[in-house]
Amino acid sequence: MRSTFSTLSTAVICLVIAGCTPKQARKETGNKGPKLDVHGDWSDPENDYNNGKKSLRKDLRAATRNDRAQVVVFQNATILTANGKRFDRGTLVLNKGAITYVGKARTSVPKNATVIDAKGKFITPGIIDTHSHIGVYSSPGVRAHSDGNEATKPITAEVRAKYGYWPQDPSVSRARAGGITSAQILPGSANLIGGMGYTIVMRPGRSAAAVKFPGAPPTIKMACGENPKRVYGSKGGPRTRMGVYTAFRAIFHKAAAYNAKLTAYKRQRTLWLKKRVRAKELNAQAAAKHKGKRKAKQVKPEKAPERPPMDLQLENLAAVLRGEVHVQIHCYKASEIREMVTIANEFGFKIRSFHHALGAYKVRDILVKNDIAISTWADWWGFKMEAFDGIPHNAALFAQAGGRSVIHSDSAIGIQRLNQEAAKAMWSGRHAGIKISENEALRWVTANPAWVLGIDKVTGTLEVGKRADVVLWSKHPFSVYALPDVVVQAGEITYKRIKGLVPSDFELGNSALSNGANR
Amino acid sequence: MNRTLLLAIVFSLAAATTAATNVHAQVIAIEGATIHVQPGQTIKNGTVIIRNGKIAYIGTSANVPAGATRIAGKGKVVTAGFVEASTRIGLVEVSAVAHTREGRFGAGINAAYRVEDGYNSTSTYIPIARTGGITSAVSAPSGGLVSGTSAWFSMRDRAFGKKAVVKAPLAMYVSLGNAALGSASGSRGMAIKRLRELLDDAAAYAKRRNNFERNQTRKFAASRLDLEALQPVLKGQVPVVVRAHRSSDILAALRIASQLKLRMVIEGGTEAWLVGKQLAAARVPVILNPTQNLPRSFDQIHVVNNLAARLVKQGVRIAISTLGDAANARTVRQLAGIAVANGLTWKQALAAVTSNPANIFGVRDRGTLRRGAAADVVVWSGDPFELSTKVDAIVVDGALQSLTTRQTRLFNRYKKLR
Repeated sequence: MRSTFSTLSTAVICLVIAGCTPKQARKETGNKGPKLDVHGDWSDPENDYNNGKKSLRKDLRAATRNDRAQVVVFQNATILTANGKRFDRGTLVLNKGAITYVGKARTSVPKNATVIDAKGKFITPGIIDTHSHIGVYSSPGVRAHSDGNEATKPITAEVRAKYGYWPQDPSVSRARAGGITSAQILPGSANLIGGMGYTIVMRPGRSAAAVKFPGAPPTIKMACGENPKRVYGSKGGPRTRMGVYTAFRAIFHKAAAYNAKLTAYKRQRTLWLKKRVRAKELNAQAAAKHKGKRKAKQVKPEKAPERPPMDLQLENLAAVLRGEVHVQIHCYKASEIREMVTIANEFGFKIRSFHHALGAYKVRDILVKNDIAISTWADWWGFKMEAFDGIPHNAALFAQAGGRSVIHSDSAIGIQRLNQEAAKAMWSGRHAGIKISENEALRWVTANPAWVLGIDKVTGTLEVGKRADVVLWSKHPFSVYALPDVVVQAGEITYKRIKGLVPSDFELGNSALSNGANR
Repeated sequence: MNRTLLLAIVFSLAAATTAATNVHAQVIAIEGATIHVQPGQTIKNGTVIIRNGKIAYIGTSANVPAGATRIAGKGKVVTAGFVEASTRIGLVEVSAVAHTREGRFGAGINAAYRVEDGYNSTSTYIPIARTGGITSAVSAPSGGLVSGTSAWFSMRDRAFGKKAVVKAPLAMYVSLGNAALGSASGSRGMAIKRLRELLDDAAAYAKRRNNFERNQTRKFAASRLDLEALQPVLKGQVPVVVRAHRSSDILAALRIASQLKLRMVIEGGTEAWLVGKQLAAARVPVILNPTQNLPRSFDQIHVVNNLAARLVKQGVRIAISTLGDAANARTVRQLAGIAVANGLTWKQALAAVTSNPANIFGVRDRGTLRRGAAADVVVWSGDPFELSTKVDAIVVDGALQSLTTRQTRLFNRYKKLR
């Protein structure tokens, strides 16, 4: 379908240009003390931003490398690839973290392979959730675990979900047992701009950094409508939707000005570097000419241009304006969705997905035209005014119009059954006469969320070369009775139903689960 | 303006009455379906005849009366209407809008609160619940130590008054544990103490009503109406639904039930399986949501994936419910399917959404399709728990119901953009 790795050339460039991979960048900062006031190029600790240079995009290929990967072969399965193909009694081969074969039955298998007979069972790509608060609103839901809303001011683009993420949230292993292989962890929707999202591999870990989805591009969370109004209405505003959109425009103007300063500075610095090289050359020449005589006249080095003062908030928003961040916007009402599209177009950035988007069906033409996805539910609705026009046909209508529908969870319970939610949304459409194929509905929880998170080149469908994120289901995944039997993440079998859940650190020695009660 | 409104109300009431009269004249025959008369009793290629709001016939050799509304049931599955055993249907419209919320209390004792006084028969959630095969809803108040009484509501369209309220008061609601701390000085033991004191006072009050009127009693822990409302509870006529998760709270509730001979039901019951034997011995059922498998609080640490199946194995009667999601009562059937995926048998799951809730709340003529039962009947396109299945026809109290909802009308308005 798509060329497997368009990032290959990027990788080569990365090898040539020193300092462009994250490790090297970190080495450079090393132990030389604080680097915050240097006048050089600042690179954020995640090394997420391209800083305007497209060629420096991080290498997504890392996503398919996994030291712990096994060689796994599934035989006799019904394989739903989510890219239009279905193989009955097919074979899937996973090797070194990547898919190396997918198709009709093949009997020859690699050496040392774990062969799983999947007769009567179904295989899909790993399920991906674009909207989760797992780890930032962990279980138990106590105040100490409330790390998702920095609700101290309406714009906190500077904070990162990563900082709040607890990779031992008991929800993690349960989500994975529901077939989730990766997800976007988002700040909440109290703020107009809540902060940076964090795309993770859904597995327990020792640190947030350890479970990052390798090479996933940065994302940011914004929110319209009732939530910011409710939270800030009596805390200095915005109090109305008028205030909401004005505040958005005001901050983007600031970000644009900041970005212009950064761009100017970068130009000056490039010029200055050139001049410095030239000055060295001239001085060397002069020194050679006056060899042995009195000291040669030196060209004085120009003073380095000063970087504009670091502003973490505007730094992130400038990256948004440069198109280096996948923008995720919590927005319900059709009218507000339209308003955000207008603002994005005014400031020249792309919105990747509206989230919840219960009114998207009313403005689906506009969204499709602007190539913006929706991440929505199968049937949640009603709980607030802006959710009162939600209909279960939303995803189907949007897909029918040519849009990318995503079924998301926004819930540590719902995330465990996104396959069922996709099925419900598909059937709501079909029962109303909208033709939705099985492949299309499967894409709502696989390929489309991968696109929303910018990891679709490496995961989201079952294709040779892609990351081995795979779920083996006991029955057709659109059946209410289906459960994941096996979950594979980057070629590593990380869950088997017969073995039960692995208790989180919190639950170990502290719950029925740690005594094997959940088998 | 006011007059117009009044007229509108009068007309709609008149329309409702006419409809109701017609309903009882209506004869409906569902023919040739697979009929689950009650969990475990299935008739293939059977016919149900509904007359005067009741199941008039169920079997395989019916003579369909002339003039009956005939529903082809071939290839379809017929069950008793599903019951949402704990919901806020009719008590909430838009939960973020305060004045559309009803019967949700912060703290204290509200025993005399009767949910039917605040119930909205015209809620948009009612037709939507029907699209999930829900014909009955137990709408219950919440919050405080004692929340008041629930009622069993019919999901029939435009049902007011007696037509809407099948049984009230249905059950008294008590919260223990985490949820009661605000009403109990921050200690779960104090919640038990306050509950004992309240029931004690209710008993004392009943013996001394005359003295109470003459101000010749000690001070009681609740108001007169609250104490009155507790009398049928003390007599075992109205069950107490105790909302509790932690095993210790469930046991404390069981002790009170056995001492005072109360009829008790546990709702939530995350850790109920740890005390399943005691629950079974005391014949105390549990209303649960099978998807709640997270340790959301320290009351729910010993959470399991298969609570429904475990409890049934231990001999505890269960009902399956969303536990309060009014907007999505239609997902009860999915919850039943999820419980099946996690070890419950299909038959037990059907019971958990039909006959068990009827039994738990003592609503004898619902929850099955026995002859003479109230005609709450659903015709499904297939297995009622399966995601591909839809409701093809639904009958509530003998009347065929519309499957048009606010949502289908929005869909129709926007299926083509103009």
